[in-house]
Amino acid sequence: MSQVELIELSKSYEKQKDILKAINLFIKEGEFFVLVGPSGSGKSTLLRMIAGLEEISGGILKINNELVNHLPPKDRNLSMVFQNYALYPHLTVEQNILFGLKAKKVGKQEQQRRLKEAAEMVGLTELLKRKPRELSGGQRQRVALARSIVSHAPLCLMDEPLSNLDAKLRSNMRVQIRRLQKRLGFTTIYVTHDQVEAMTMGDRIMVLNDGKIQQVGRPITLYNEPANLFVASFIGSPKMNIGKAHFLAKHKRLTVENELSITVDPSIARGLPLDRPLTIGIRAEHLLPGTTENTTHYLEVVNVEQLGNETSIAFDVGTELWTAKWPGQWPIQVGQKVPVHLSSEHLLFFDSETGSLIQSASQAKKQEVLVI
Amino acid sequence: MSMSSLAIQTNEINLEYVEQVKKRQRMKNLLKGVLFLLPSIILFSAFVFYPMIRTIYLSFFLTNTSGVTTVFVGLENYINLFKSPIFLKNIQSTFLFVLYTVPATVIISLFLAIIASEKLKGIGFFRTIFSSTMGISVAAASVFWMFLFNPTMGLLNQLLKSIGVEPIGWLTDPNWALLSVSVTTIWMNIGFTFLVLLGGLQSINSYLYESADIEGAGYFYKLRRITIPMLSPTLFFAITVSIINAFQTFGQIDILTQGGPQNETNLIVYSIYREAFVNYQFGSASAQAVVLFIMILFLTAIQFKLGERKVHYQ
Ligand SMILES: Nc1ncnc2c1ncn2[C@@H]1O[C@H](COP(=O)(O)OP(=O)(O)OP(=O)(O)O)[C@@H](O)[C@H]1O
Ligand SMILES: [Mg+2]
Repeated sequence: MSQVELIELSKSYEKQKDILKAINLFIKEGEFFVLVGPSGSGKSTLLRMIAGLEEISGGILKINNELVNHLPPKDRNLSMVFQNYALYPHLTVEQNILFGLKAKKVGKQEQQRRLKEAAEMVGLTELLKRKPRELSGGQRQRVALARSIVSHAPLCLMDEPLSNLDAKLRSNMRVQIRRLQKRLGFTTIYVTHDQVEAMTMGDRIMVLNDGKIQQVGRPITLYNEPANLFVASFIGSPKMNIGKAHFLAKHKRLTVENELSITVDPSIARGLPLDRPLTIGIRAEHLLPGTTENTTHYLEVVNVEQLGNETSIAFDVGTELWTAKWPGQWPIQVGQKVPVHLSSEHLLFFDSETGSLIQSASQAKKQEVLVI
Repeated sequence: MSMSSLAIQTNEINLEYVEQVKKRQRMKNLLKGVLFLLPSIILFSAFVFYPMIRTIYLSFFLTNTSGVTTVFVGLENYINLFKSPIFLKNIQSTFLFVLYTVPATVIISLFLAIIASEKLKGIGFFRTIFSSTMGISVAAASVFWMFLFNPTMGLLNQLLKSIGVEPIGWLTDPNWALLSVSVTTIWMNIGFTFLVLLGGLQSINSYLYESADIEGAGYFYKLRRITIPMLSPTLFFAITVSIINAFQTFGQIDILTQGGPQNETNLIVYSIYREAFVNYQFGSASAQAVVLFIMILFLTAIQFKLGERKVHYQ
């Protein structure tokens, strides 16, 4: 099982400078490491650099404490699932899966054993004699997955391997991959757009934007204490509600988007720079329905989505659209003013200028302490 | 009751109407198709179909010197051909020529294409060089090689002399003439074949090689399991065209050897030309042409049959 170390890694193309800037990262043995970021942020590029398919413009890449900057892909001992599958169109599924094993002259019996195991795992047993063009997108993706499984490489790189599967198969495959990874113990670097995948699969997540690391950490940490506004709005679905805010009246009251006024607990206000422009964030599940005793605000509903087990309600707050997620089914009409409970202990505070986190929600912190 | 039967009736009428419209559309499509084909139909008729039918017709007659039919002789022209040792020799030479030139051309071009498809600095220069013979006319190339083959002044014999070997009559020695012409032909055909194969190589998706690299495949493994199969349609095309070209070789023979020595290089097309325009035997020449046509047709058909199994079309 490999460990991977990136030191000041950077990438520039002739046409475009600084696709990736000074990436420092340490991926532990057997870790399931997830890379997320918006399209074009450089995820695939980073993965391809680790694989050896893309020249490293600057910095050091170490696998198992050995410098591998100069090694060709085949000497790095890894497997990869490509974003576009990269199946061999002239070979059958079986030949595709066994391509690498034949190249490495693995014994015939061992080949068949691994083939059978992998085919069963991804549910391709029936399709072994087909050519890739006779498969659906999802089936092709599973062939690509099987191909990397049979290699038994200690490091597996996956570039959005589930992006073409339907929702049911996707959640099934998510569990499968995770279980497989636990069983075989290989280190995985997994690129995805889908932040549900990121949250549920990753031991740790790295958020990448514009070629720069935004934050690295455990999924829950990223969710509760996003390092900046970008991570805050990228991790979690629906995205975190955000609004410009400033303090009024002796630091007791906070005005959000010039519309809402929130009383702030002194213990929370204590750590805040009161003279600077702030941006606050609050998760959808913390924008609670107000009861007769605790209602703090009345907000006008602009959209309601009934999801069955919960109701997603959108409000207009200044220039922002805020979303609340309430468990159960709520008979609410658009245009109605509904009572909500907004408590300062759920608020995250960001510096409006730099975007970085000043203080995370005190409620979340308390919970974490309890867990530890 | 009457309402529903009425509804069924109108449905039927509608269906009939739909059928009519469909039919009209089909007719329109057919007409359009024929219209598009018309230019090539006219050209092909004037320059391919008519001459072909005329050739077949002529092959059953004796003619006078201006090509006017005189006596109907049936299959006599053909029978005479296959009794003639010279014609049989010509066929043999032609097949030998194909055998000498086609595999060598394709293999050398493939090799050059593979090394030229590497991403190296200045590779464009080599690509230009390798494909440059495509831009040289048969006449120019033949004259150039004639100088090389010249028994006394030619570079080849000069070289042989300098290492103390007897000079060779490249174009005059019956043992060497066909080989010499073949070498010239190979040199001339490499340009085109190289270009076609290079194009084929470049269209192979680079992801396949990346994936193979990661899976630990070596250079020759990739060549055998990815490059050659993915290139097979192009390769098939190159081979077919090369074979047909080889069967139809004329220019270099006319300039270099005129079919000599001792008919060693008298390939069929050249033989047809001599029979018709030197001996004025248009009937017999036409018969030869028909035999050549059948041979090429037959070979190409076999190739397609074999190709079906081996070629991977995407
Ligand atoms: N060969 C190249 N030359 C120049 N720029 C490139 C090249 N390949 C990629 N890029 C640029 O690098 C950036 C990162 O691309 P990359 O493929 O890594 O994005 P990504 O994060 O994987 O996106 P996606 O989620 O859409 O797959 C993009 O802005 C892209 O335009
Ligand atoms: Mg990508």
